[in-house]
Amino acid sequence: MSAPTVSKSSPAPARAPHQLPVRRGTLARAVQRNLSAHGFLIGAVLCFSFFSWYPMVREFLLAFQKNKDGRTTWAGWSNLSYVFDDPAFWQAWRNTLLFTGLALMLGFAVPFLVAVLLNEFRHGQGYLRMLVYLPVMLPPVASVLLFKYFYDPGYGLFNRILGIFGIPDQQWLQSTSTAMISVVIAATWMNMGGATLIYLAALQGIPGELYEAAELDGAGLWRKIWHVTIPQTRLILSLMFLMQIIATMQVFTEPFLLTNGAGPEGSTMTVVYLIYQYAFNFNNYGGAAALGLVLLVLLAGFSAVYVRLSRTRED
Amino acid sequence: MRSSWFRPTRRSSAAAVAAVLTLTSLAACGTSSSDDDSGSGGGSKADISAPLDPKTKVTLTIDCMPPAAKAAELREWKEDVREFNKKYPNVTISGKSTPGQCEEPARFTAQLKAKSQPDVFYTYFTDLQQVLDNNGAADITAYVTPRTVPALDSIDGNVLGVLKKDGKLYGLPTSNYTMGLLINRKLFERAGLDPDKPPTTWEEVRTAAKKIAGLGNGISGYGEYSAGNTGGWHFTAAMYGLGADVVSADGKKAAFNDATGKQVAQQLHDMRWKDDSMGRTQLLKWGDLQKQIASDKLGMFLAAPDDITYMVQQLGAEYENFGMGPIPGGKTTLFGGNDYMIKKGSSPDKIKAAVAWLNFKTLTPGKGQFQWERTKADKLPVGLPQPNFFTGDTKAKDLASRTENATMPVENFKPFLDNPVPGKAEPPKAQEVYKVLDNVMSGVLTNRNADIDKLLATAEQQVNQVLANQ
Repeated sequence: MSAPTVSKSSPAPARAPHQLPVRRGTLARAVQRNLSAHGFLIGAVLCFSFFSWYPMVREFLLAFQKNKDGRTTWAGWSNLSYVFDDPAFWQAWRNTLLFTGLALMLGFAVPFLVAVLLNEFRHGQGYLRMLVYLPVMLPPVASVLLFKYFYDPGYGLFNRILGIFGIPDQQWLQSTSTAMISVVIAATWMNMGGATLIYLAALQGIPGELYEAAELDGAGLWRKIWHVTIPQTRLILSLMFLMQIIATMQVFTEPFLLTNGAGPEGSTMTVVYLIYQYAFNFNNYGGAAALGLVLLVLLAGFSAVYVRLSRTRED
Repeated sequence: MRSSWFRPTRRSSAAAVAAVLTLTSLAACGTSSSDDDSGSGGGSKADISAPLDPKTKVTLTIDCMPPAAKAAELREWKEDVREFNKKYPNVTISGKSTPGQCEEPARFTAQLKAKSQPDVFYTYFTDLQQVLDNNGAADITAYVTPRTVPALDSIDGNVLGVLKKDGKLYGLPTSNYTMGLLINRKLFERAGLDPDKPPTTWEEVRTAAKKIAGLGNGISGYGEYSAGNTGGWHFTAAMYGLGADVVSADGKKAAFNDATGKQVAQQLHDMRWKDDSMGRTQLLKWGDLQKQIASDKLGMFLAAPDDITYMVQQLGAEYENFGMGPIPGGKTTLFGGNDYMIKKGSSPDKIKAAVAWLNFKTLTPGKGQFQWERTKADKLPVGLPQPNFFTGDTKAKDLASRTENATMPVENFKPFLDNPVPGKAEPPKAQEVYKVLDNVMSGVLTNRNADIDKLLATAEQQVNQVLANQ
């Protein structure tokens, strides 16, 4: 927040008794003028420095260090080359990209469609909103255990339901071909409530006249969505798309808990799970930090390209 | 409570004191060849191989004190501290308890990184390299002698061997295990099998598993892990049982892509898909099979005896229901265990006090953890075949006391005890090798059309890469 400008021609603003007279241009004066604000700011900066920025710097340094026989030494690029040489590296990236792709298709489209549908309801919207949001309130571990039970090939609910229709049992999480999509379905169910509410808030901000005008022009539901809803919510859609990419590429909890780690033949092993393995199973902090750095660079690249593209489009 | 804010100063001063004392002791050793016990059993500060002087004032923080929830174990711990303090009144034992496992890898790794482990800290046998990489443990070679640990010579050389690096000793064992075949006696009887004669070959395992699975009602005959690195761990155990290895003797190449590796994988594949005797739910990890066998849904799996304690104490099972036989194949068996190490930078007196405590609590037959009469009186388990790191007479005496005070049918473990299989340590880069081998296990257990040759070949290539990265 900026301080009000004080000029000779305008009456001096009321000052708190503890504030000293202000002379423009000096930092000390500026700080004194907003002492409490700066106090809060310093607190926040200290917290961020200590708990967010310092660990990031440390992580960066760690990616180029090695611990051996009690000595920390500079390792140059060897942690990175170790990570690139690991046969699991490319598999983890393939799996992560597959998860991201599937999660974007499902996790981006489904909440938006649900929000559009919810927005169409005139009555009981609050109740429906609560129903949609309910899964988000469940602790992730509880949701995962629930889906583990649903997917179980021996006694699971899904296979029981399929059995009613004479469809043979499916392997769900136990097969390399279905494990990932099963994880994505569970993850989408667990997380869609939050996204749906954000879309719904954006939809409700669209002026009703636009739809009326479209209706007068003879537009049906799909034309209204295409020509009014999507352009009006483009900004929030773009933001959610970007956030979805960043979040899904860091997926860990769902595959870790649903498939006990890497899944059948490593088919649900994600990059973050590999980082976890390096750090806590192999005690290879350098490798973990190096892989984290690769992920960071990639995600930063994604973000930069995306921001650039969206700016160009807006121009 | 210790505070990390002050640690650098305290550590450097402790290091300075240690350095001075070490120099003093070296100087003393150099000038005097007449160090003796003087009949007091006390020893002087100058002689690091002598027991602790009872007048010395030391405070020790020690891992793995039983938590309040384990009332009987905690009572025993406190009794032992009181008993210990009769001889060493100036040593203050400050126990640190943790709920659940004494060592959780993630927490342990973080403690090592932050150098915030207690003075005497609990580790698994496989942790030595990690601890050394983090400069975490003191070299206690000179402190551990038959004078400070009278039973030293009867401790299994293999067990002490895993706590050594380059000839230096870094820990003292508290327990050890070797893998065997754990069985559910109730299901064996129901399936018409003799629970006193658990299968000893893989052919027998397969036949028994089929019979047990034939009981229906969701019961599996045999269970295996295939996730969280535990699949690879069990694949290794099965290979060891057949006398094979997963990594070559020089530790540089994978050694499992051979006839034995194929036999292990093929057998599991056949049991899962042809016999349908392994249940449909796979991708199991440590804890999953214990739940199944404790609830009478599983007939057999590879395990160590301490699994039974977990099943009885945590899952409400009964000792009577379980038995153990040697690992199928019976050539060699994977072994592991737990130990205590002493934090690097501890003063010589602190190290001496720690060795004295560990000797009393975990290494003296008839005392501490081996005081079986008391364990029985406290209604805690007595009669499991492990810990079993003593040899010779000491072992015989301990086993006799254990059998005399047994709180469970010891004869259930007779096949395991009567057929001891030589122990073999885990391969180098164990966890990373296990991670790769998880894929072989999950491949054969989740894919009816698994190409075993391809699974093994891919894993071999990956393990070679892991080993090349050492």
